[in-house]
Amino acid sequence: MSGDRLHRRGLLTGLATLGGLAVSGCDRLSNEPHFRSVLDAANSLTYRVQRLLIGADRLAPEYGEADISPVFRANGSTDPQDEEYLKLAGNHFADWRLKVHGLVEHELSLSLEELRALPARTQITRHDCVEGWSCIGKWTGVPLAAILSRADIRPEARFVVFHCADTLDDGGDDTDPESIRYYESIDLIDAAHPQTILAYEMNGKPLTVPYGSPLRLRLERQLGYKMAKYIMRIELVRSFADLQGGRGGYWEDRGYEWYAGI
Amino acid sequence: MAAVPPPDSPVAERWYRRHAGLVRITHWINVVCFSLLLMSGLQIFNAHPALYVGERSDFDHPTLSILARQSERGLVGETVILGHAFDTTGVLGASSEDGQISRRAFPSWITIPSYQDLATGRRWHFFFAWLLVLNGLVYLAWGCASRHFGRDLLPSRVEFGRVGSEILGHLRLRFPRGAAAKRYNVLQQLAYLLVVFVLFPLMILTGLTMSPAIDSAVPQLLTLFGGRQTARLIHFVAASGLALFVIVHLVMVLVSGAWNNLRSMVTGWYDLGNPGATDVR
Repeated sequence: MSGDRLHRRGLLTGLATLGGLAVSGCDRLSNEPHFRSVLDAANSLTYRVQRLLIGADRLAPEYGEADISPVFRANGSTDPQDEEYLKLAGNHFADWRLKVHGLVEHELSLSLEELRALPARTQITRHDCVEGWSCIGKWTGVPLAAILSRADIRPEARFVVFHCADTLDDGGDDTDPESIRYYESIDLIDAAHPQTILAYEMNGKPLTVPYGSPLRLRLERQLGYKMAKYIMRIELVRSFADLQGGRGGYWEDRGYEWYAGI
Repeated sequence: MAAVPPPDSPVAERWYRRHAGLVRITHWINVVCFSLLLMSGLQIFNAHPALYVGERSDFDHPTLSILARQSERGLVGETVILGHAFDTTGVLGASSEDGQISRRAFPSWITIPSYQDLATGRRWHFFFAWLLVLNGLVYLAWGCASRHFGRDLLPSRVEFGRVGSEILGHLRLRFPRGAAAKRYNVLQQLAYLLVVFVLFPLMILTGLTMSPAIDSAVPQLLTLFGGRQTARLIHFVAASGLALFVIVHLVMVLVSGAWNNLRSMVTGWYDLGNPGATDVR
């Protein structure tokens, strides 16, 4: 009996020690590049399987007017202080132009008026933040596919990169070399998806500053951080290896997955 | 189904091969996966420590929240469940991290990584989620093919009739030996059925429902669970259910012959004992 109790105590102490070792071990492993790349394998598997499941055209669920969130949470940059952006906003973006360049046959430079004149799509969709919360909003904008077909992308182009006006880290000091403006990238399958739009309206009104005015991306089958706000230019590239940290986006370079379908 | 012998009946043989090799292997892989998923899951929860009902988050009226607020005596951890607030300082809402009390829903000793890092928590979570699913599929396929579920987990009518006496037996910490110890008792059967066929499938399906891409492939999941945020709530509740199961499971393992149980789950061999002999227990 007492032997058994002794065994039991030994087992409990063993378990507790193992637990403690496991936690500190996990922290160490988390920062081990080899181990991180092993964990990354799961994300490539998720990407492939989800692409098989959703194909090119499966639509994200759309909702009714009654489902729209009374208060839509704004996060990331909500009030850019970058000098260039403030100047554009001060003039109601009359001087703003969306540039489309890179691996395209025709470079584009489009004003907000020109974008508004193009055929638009309106969709009521759910916005899922990587943190875990969701809000529902109504978005109106130009399908990205329409812009890309006007620009006539070259066959070697594989990714669409969004360059934005906002600096998340330090409020955008133009002279600070560390100052990094938001950037994101998506592949051509997502770029051609019918719900992938460059939105200039939210809930029936022009986009306001917290939500990314004058133009933001809606990418309904992925998480919120993919949906670049304050878009200045769109660049078609073969690879995003040379873009900042090389992982394809601002948050990607800070550890998040490039594919954010989960 | 063979007649179930009465408890404590002596048996000729002493050693019994209680768990098949595949059950043992998948059990231990599952232990690793579930532990890491639970801890990385709490890391992910910490990024937005509030749960809601429906498709969208009603930030002012969460069903459950684990937050911290500043008071005159410092940082106070407050857990609010259905409008009822509990002071949970030290464990939930506000707890010590590197010797300093800080805002975090679940304490650092139970999250992976121990510090706040959602991106890394997600990497751990999705890697071991895949492993858990693949491991679970192997176990399910084997369990069906070998009739493990029907033979060992599904209680017979006789066994069902013993629920009352088994509860009393468990409360008095009396466990069968001899031939009766060859089979799971009815409480074990019910608990394992619940874990294998209800809680784990629920975890996986609600987890998938939180993926915007899966929602476009299988929007029926949203209907089934009543929206993405409800799915997140169920994911949390089912995980708590599994954590509770693990605690009870570990206690039962400890009180019903720790080493014998552990040995049988590692090597497969279980000591049936002999109720007449004095050298056992």
